Amino acid sequence: MGIMNKSNRTYVRIAVLGLLLVALVFALYSSFVKDPDAVKVGRAAPNFSLEQLNGPELALDDLKGKGVVLNFWGTWCEPCKKEMPALQEQYNKFKDKGLVVLGVNIGESPVAVEPFVKQFGVEFPILLDRQSQITKLYRIGPIPTTFFIAPDGEVKEIFIGQLNEAMIADKLSKILPK
Amino acid sequence: MDQRKCECGHTNPVGTLLCESCGKPLDVEVFEQTQFPDMRYEGMARRSQTYSKKWIDRIWNAFSSVKIAIGIIIVILVASAVGTVFPQQQYIPVPVPTEADVARFYTETYGTLGTVYYELGFHNLYSSWWFVTLLVLLGTSLVICSLDRVVPLYKALSKPRLNQHKSFLKGQKLFGEGELAPEADQAELLDRAAVALKKKGYRIFRAERAIMAEKGRFSRWGPYVNHIGLILFLIGVLMRNIPGFYLDEYVWVREGQTVAIPSTPYYIKSENYETTYWSEEEMPEKLELNGGAIPKNFQTDAVLYLNKNADVPGKKPELVEVQKGPIVVNHPMIEGDIAIYQSGVQEMQLGALNFVLVDAKNGNKELGAFKFDLYNPEAEQEVAAGIKVRVLDYFPDFIMGSDGKPATKTNLPKNPMVALEIVDGTAQVSEKLVYLQGSVLTQKEDARFNLTFQKPDLVDISGLNVRIDKAVPLIYFGSFIFMIGVVMGFFWQHRRIWVQTQDETVLLAAHTNKNWFGLRREVDGLVDQLQLPVTIEEKTKA
Amino acid sequence: MQLIQLSDWLLDIAFLLYVISSVLFVVAMTGKNWAGRDPKQHEERYGRIAYWLAVIGFLAQTGYVIARWIGGGHSPTSNMFEFMAFLDYCIILAYLIIYRIYKLTVIGAFVLPLGVIMLAYSYVFPKEVTPLIPSLRSYWLHIHVTTAALGEGILAVGFAAGLMYLIRTVPQHISTRSTKWLEGVLAVVLMLVGFILMESTFSRMDQKTVFEMNKEQMNAIGQMEKVRVEYTMPAIVAPADSKIVQAGPMNPWFEAPTWMEGKDAARKMNTMLWSVLTGVILYGGLRLIFRKRLGAVIQPSLEGIEPDLLDEISYRAISIGYPVFTLGALIFAMIWAEEAWGRFWGWDPKEVWALIVWLFYSAYLHLRLSRGWIGAKSAWMSVIGFVIILITLVVVNLVIAGLHSYAGV
Repeated sequence: MGIMNKSNRTYVRIAVLGLLLVALVFALYSSFVKDPDAVKVGRAAPNFSLEQLNGPELALDDLKGKGVVLNFWGTWCEPCKKEMPALQEQYNKFKDKGLVVLGVNIGESPVAVEPFVKQFGVEFPILLDRQSQITKLYRIGPIPTTFFIAPDGEVKEIFIGQLNEAMIADKLSKILPK
Repeated sequence: MDQRKCECGHTNPVGTLLCESCGKPLDVEVFEQTQFPDMRYEGMARRSQTYSKKWIDRIWNAFSSVKIAIGIIIVILVASAVGTVFPQQQYIPVPVPTEADVARFYTETYGTLGTVYYELGFHNLYSSWWFVTLLVLLGTSLVICSLDRVVPLYKALSKPRLNQHKSFLKGQKLFGEGELAPEADQAELLDRAAVALKKKGYRIFRAERAIMAEKGRFSRWGPYVNHIGLILFLIGVLMRNIPGFYLDEYVWVREGQTVAIPSTPYYIKSENYETTYWSEEEMPEKLELNGGAIPKNFQTDAVLYLNKNADVPGKKPELVEVQKGPIVVNHPMIEGDIAIYQSGVQEMQLGALNFVLVDAKNGNKELGAFKFDLYNPEAEQEVAAGIKVRVLDYFPDFIMGSDGKPATKTNLPKNPMVALEIVDGTAQVSEKLVYLQGSVLTQKEDARFNLTFQKPDLVDISGLNVRIDKAVPLIYFGSFIFMIGVVMGFFWQHRRIWVQTQDETVLLAAHTNKNWFGLRREVDGLVDQLQLPVTIEEKTKA
Repeated sequence: MQLIQLSDWLLDIAFLLYVISSVLFVVAMTGKNWAGRDPKQHEERYGRIAYWLAVIGFLAQTGYVIARWIGGGHSPTSNMFEFMAFLDYCIILAYLIIYRIYKLTVIGAFVLPLGVIMLAYSYVFPKEVTPLIPSLRSYWLHIHVTTAALGEGILAVGFAAGLMYLIRTVPQHISTRSTKWLEGVLAVVLMLVGFILMESTFSRMDQKTVFEMNKEQMNAIGQMEKVRVEYTMPAIVAPADSKIVQAGPMNPWFEAPTWMEGKDAARKMNTMLWSVLTGVILYGGLRLIFRKRLGAVIQPSLEGIEPDLLDEISYRAISIGYPVFTLGALIFAMIWAEEAWGRFWGWDPKEVWALIVWLFYSAYLHLRLSRGWIGAKSAWMSVIGFVIILITLVVVNLVIAGLHSYAGV
């Protein structure tokens, strides 16, 4: 049992304990971060493609280079109704400056969506997420939920709740192409 | 001092209790006590107990302690029990969409105790950081305890303890000593003992004046094998957290509908759902069911498709059928790593409304029938020649909005309201109708068109659970190894019998790790058979 | 149809034989010192008769299991009656195995009465053969439940031997913590007896109390109706927020707290109160008759047995039962859960309690093998272990609703 053996043993112990510490950190990390794929501020908005109400399919990646406001809504949601005019107003103001507003309707039929869209005079593209696939992909809980996406596809802000014009205008400054 | 020399000349590492070679108790203190060292690890030096200067050695030694391991087991046990006092969040029987609802549930259902339970985070106890930490600590203890003991034990057992010091034999629980006649042939005696023990299934080690008979040595490895099984099991559990190893999705699919399974490239279609019930003839005994029935089978006839366009979610799918068949409780549909389970159902849900358009001014003459699909209504249908039905407004789950206008509560057709326009192109007539809750309101009092309401289409909606769990094979394998280990360790015993001669005496000793009564029977049998002049004494260890 | 009737008879026969066998075992044990007898011969003779009666009873119960399995179309392990009867079967089986190894007659004097109590307990539940609901229609029902029951049966023998060790060794001339706890364990056993006595007495009388709860539930024909709860035992405790529809022999003293989940929770609490009450009365009565601790009453009959042997039997039973329990109650359970629900483990209360039992016996084994806990400490652990098994079987079903609540109790 020489000196060499003793220090070998220490290394072995450090290695084994280190490995177990890694296991602990990994276990704790995964019990905290329940959903590693969730869409977060600072990450790229996951691409998707959906059919438009009265229009062809539209993919998010096709809008690279533009600032995108991605709004999830449903006709049954009161605050969604209330923020529609504000979204439309801002869309009118900035659509020539590289802004796209996308309204993703959650799981409703065109027959239900169309009268609503007409009633509120919405002109920006309305996408139909008939099977709530994209709603799940973006982990939508309460609606309205709105994502502000920069021209390079990075999510700059996620807002849950009703927006007004001033708030939208403020957030747009982060995502409009310079 | 790193070494300790025994009188037999063998040098032993520090911490050795029984000389590795001759078995004589080494530690002076131990020797002076009447207590013989424990045979558990064959009196070998356990590394953890010898050096404890460095901090790393201190941590190591703590985890190597069985006392601490038992402490961890008990804490996990108590914590697990606490977690069953009230239901965990996942088992709350009512829907709790938000965190506030969860909190309210515990307070309202269980009072103050419930509030405390929730505040302490016991409603998600098993995934809490401290419970996870406890499990990892248990795993750590498993690894270190095993490593620390298996090496010395291997060394000890690979060198059979033959020709042991008298004090070693004397220290065994079963020991006997007797005078031999001076003319007795000692070698012959040992030979006979060897033959007798061999017959009993013992492996014999022979020296000039000693034999050692051994049986079931492998059972000593049982504890280490089962601990390896447990470690593999825990690694499996940990692996489920690696991205892609575990998936848990739930989809609701209507009869006739094809839906995407989130996070996978698959789509699933329900062709039919059916609950069957046990018929009276099938029941072995007549039961009083008060008009009810006992379900026999929940089954969704499903088709699984692979989407070739899966790289962009939401994109119009290009589906290829990969599997078709029933999904039944206990019999999931399995495709590669994915398993799809029949998990729930909403039966007899409104699927479509059936109307007949009638001419009220012509004795309610039937003009034509049409269907209003509640999930996918057509904007316009031609019902009869020149007569079209156009949908003006559709509220699947009607409610009167706060602004006094009709609205919908959800996107599910629980209480559909439809506003229709009937256009007769030839007669240039256009009338509006509203359907709500089984009745039809016409715009004008003397309207020409009216609707009669017929039996609606009802659909069953299957709840399917989709899972991927790639760690399961490892988890099963770990369990299997565990079972092998415990069976090895508990259903077999390691028995050793020593017969040695020294001058004019014969010494007999025996050791086992369990079932002393069995060993005692065998030793008594041996003494009888060889007519040894020995009385076996059995020490009781406190 | 006829097979099921046959199985009922066979079970009754088995029950009767177990009762007689228990009595003879007790006679074998206590009668040793009757005047004019050779103690050894007496014990051997009565012990042998009792043993063979137990064997014949076991064969009759085997007949019951087979007849009911064929007649019912599935293993008799799908409801509480069937499970408890099967657990009893496993206890007797484990006893017969242990007897073959150690040839110790008097173990039967503890195991057989335990078997009688278990079987009597099973008689309390509805006996009809019900067809299997979809979630139970899997061959894992047979494999998982039978193996788990066998493991628990063997552990029960470990408990019996541990209890015998304690009664044999705890000094009875002074009152200590040990004697008190031992009396407590015996009192709990008497409570189980009390429950069976009360339940079988009251169910034969026409005196039901019916409550209507302020809660609606869909009935078999799909209409909503108020939930009704029927008490077989006179009501001490009423369900929360309820009114009496049909009065029984006595008025309830108080209402159950609202957190007691489910419509049957209050009824179960009522039953539990009755059991505790009767158990205490039985215990008190016996104490009055004998005028000493029950442990002290039994102790002399065990004097001839080596405590070491009892310790060994208890440990041996547990070391055989532990792997079987692990396999049946945890591993097979996980495989079935994976197949039925797609997750091998879900922290369902019953699962957790199976894990608790397993952890407890793991601690037992480590303490015994590594820390030298043998004798009294080990015996206490074997007793506590079985109490935890009983909690898992009885209390978890009673108080906590979970996935296993199909068992009906």
